[in-house]
Amino acid sequence: MKFITYLKTIDSVTIYPLVTLALFVLFFFVVILWVSKANKNYIENAKNIPLND
Amino acid sequence: MNIEKFSYDNRPVKWFAYATIFWGVIGFVAGLWAAIALYFPAINLDWAPTTFGRMRPVHTNAVIFAFVGNGIFMGVYYSLQRLVKARMFSDVLSKIHFWGWQLIIVFGALTLWMGYTTGKEYAELEWPLDIAITLVWVIFGINMFGTIIKRRERHIYVAIWFYIATWVTVAMLHIVNSIELPINFMKSYSWYAGVQDALVQWWYGHNAVAFFLTTPYLGLMYYFLPKAANRPVYSYRLSIIHFWALIFIYIWAGPHHLLYSALPDWAQSLGVVFSVMLIAPSWGGMINGLFTLRGAWDRVREDVVLKFMVVAITAYGMATFEGPMLSLKNVNAISHFTDWTIAHVHVGALGWNGFLTFGVLYWLIPKMFRTELHSKGLANAHFWLGTLGIVFYAIPMYWAGFTQSLNWKTFTPEGTLQYSFLDTVNMLLPMYQLRSLGGLLYLTGAILMVLNIYKTVKKGSFVAEEEAEAPALAPYETHNGEHWHRVIERKPIQMLVLSLVVVALGGLIEMIPTFLVKTNIPTISSVKPYTPLELHGRDIYVAEGCYTCHSQMVRPFRDEVKRYGDYSKAGEFVYDHPFQWGSKRTGPDLARVGGKYNNAWHFNHMYEPTSTSEGSIMPRYPWLFTKGIDIRRTPDMIRAMQTMDVPYDVDYANRATEDLEAQAKVIADDLKSNEGIRQILEVEGVSNLQHSKIVALIAYLQRIGTDIKKVPANALPEN
Repeated sequence: MKFITYLKTIDSVTIYPLVTLALFVLFFFVVILWVSKANKNYIENAKNIPLND
Repeated sequence: MNIEKFSYDNRPVKWFAYATIFWGVIGFVAGLWAAIALYFPAINLDWAPTTFGRMRPVHTNAVIFAFVGNGIFMGVYYSLQRLVKARMFSDVLSKIHFWGWQLIIVFGALTLWMGYTTGKEYAELEWPLDIAITLVWVIFGINMFGTIIKRRERHIYVAIWFYIATWVTVAMLHIVNSIELPINFMKSYSWYAGVQDALVQWWYGHNAVAFFLTTPYLGLMYYFLPKAANRPVYSYRLSIIHFWALIFIYIWAGPHHLLYSALPDWAQSLGVVFSVMLIAPSWGGMINGLFTLRGAWDRVREDVVLKFMVVAITAYGMATFEGPMLSLKNVNAISHFTDWTIAHVHVGALGWNGFLTFGVLYWLIPKMFRTELHSKGLANAHFWLGTLGIVFYAIPMYWAGFTQSLNWKTFTPEGTLQYSFLDTVNMLLPMYQLRSLGGLLYLTGAILMVLNIYKTVKKGSFVAEEEAEAPALAPYETHNGEHWHRVIERKPIQMLVLSLVVVALGGLIEMIPTFLVKTNIPTISSVKPYTPLELHGRDIYVAEGCYTCHSQMVRPFRDEVKRYGDYSKAGEFVYDHPFQWGSKRTGPDLARVGGKYNNAWHFNHMYEPTSTSEGSIMPRYPWLFTKGIDIRRTPDMIRAMQTMDVPYDVDYANRATEDLEAQAKVIADDLKSNEGIRQILEVEGVSNLQHSKIVALIAYLQRIGTDIKKVPANALPEN
């Protein structure tokens, strides 16, 4: 059974995978951007939490 | 600044530590037993509870949920309190959590030995225990989130994110996969059937590996490795990406367990794509772990805790490289159903989970008992025995996997299969023997650990209440322009919700279309519901764990079609609650076994497998001849099937017993017409053959895969 059969029944279905892919890529883009820009002190502080008990 | 004094509760940590050690040894012994059974089937002592089909689920459940489960809780109860600078939310809940989990394990083992099983791998426990697991898991959740909420550390450290994702995802997986219809106290049928059941099961099965054996242990790695190495994790930034990427991608990969099966192609492809992507976050995590030791590698030589952790992380790296490779369809065509998969999971279980647990135990016990480890020499011996154990386990299994697969696929120049299935089994026996040597070494190492920890505990004094102090958490002042990710990090409930959304997405996108398929599934008109006697037989097939050695899925390969018959179609399994495709072929596939042999052959084969198949490693099943089926249960079974839309006539439940008797009589009479069988019946003292389990089982076996033979091949759907 070809999956396409079910997808064809949805109106303007072609936009779905594109939206999903865009969201997925966007999420990682934002996470990576944030991670790379995050404040150094903040990261250092978080990193050392296990050693501070 | 207002400094508050409080104490950490070490008691649950100690209980869970003892439990992980105890169940670890039990789980390893069960594994060794099952391993020996493969070349010495008589080890089952002709007793149902000790056959491979029941020992294997006991082994897998003991190792996953008892050994690793208690290991997770040990690590979480210790690290969480310290990472958030607060005592556990409730001492009472800690106690209920601990005893509840142990009770589930005890009853789980007993019921599996007794043959009560749902027949779905790693989710075998029956419905009352499924409910108990849910309740105890909720208690664990309340205790964990209660602790996080009353914390004195603003930032929630990355280890805790992994704990949160574990909690929420396991809850989701367990509930969705355990939806079943009980027919009595210890018997239920999976709500899903055939292809859908397979998809849900492997979505669960794969993510049990991901969110029970991996994410919580990554959390432990992010806490205990920096502690043991006394240096922070290599890159905290990487750990954030590691977390999101891992939970985002892992959940999609389940269908790679069903490649070339009757699962729709698009779902298989999704599984492959996400499995290959998984290598990135997995290796990100491994690199983060190993690089934490940069500049401290000299200490690895001295410190046995670090030795265990380094091997654990390396094994994680190897298993997570191999996993995506095994998901490629061309590799999977070789590896699937063979011992290669067994090797793969044991690199993960023995190496990653086992060694990380041992490392944490060797670090934690002396610390909680304010003393030094009793003997570094013994711990080192454990390390080497364990490492050798892994090597002796994995290499023969890889070898066996290749041998098996290549021989299955070998043709003579004339175009016939070169080897019978039994030929290929017998070639593997030396490998199976070596593997059990590996298991024995690993178990011996663990016993040394028990001794070492016992001595350490004896000489130390337990600190039940560890005093601590920390400033109270000041109310947080939000400021404009604060980053969204920091907001999530401060708020555990938001973290939970976001994790749930991320993991639910993958499951929904794979499942909804496959469930929609139900109405449009390529139906095969000749596929009919099982007869009442066949349903009883199927229950026996499930209870005896036949699926642990036999698949029911002929893949569309030349050798398989030649060996077994036409490849399996999705429409053939629509009444299979649960599906029984299996994941390993220690014995041959049974998808087309119906009608292949006569009833007497099956009778003799179950009574003494070597009498029909010389060199067979299948155990004897003598109790099938003397024990009967519970005929009174028949109407309930039919009604349960009707509830799940299996199209029996409306009033069929009332007539089912009559049909059962008639079919059983035909088979029993046929068997009794055989002189040899009459002798066996006399020796075994079988007085009521017609109602015996063996007759029901034969009825089921003779039915499997026969329905589509009733229509011409060109009238069948393509898949």
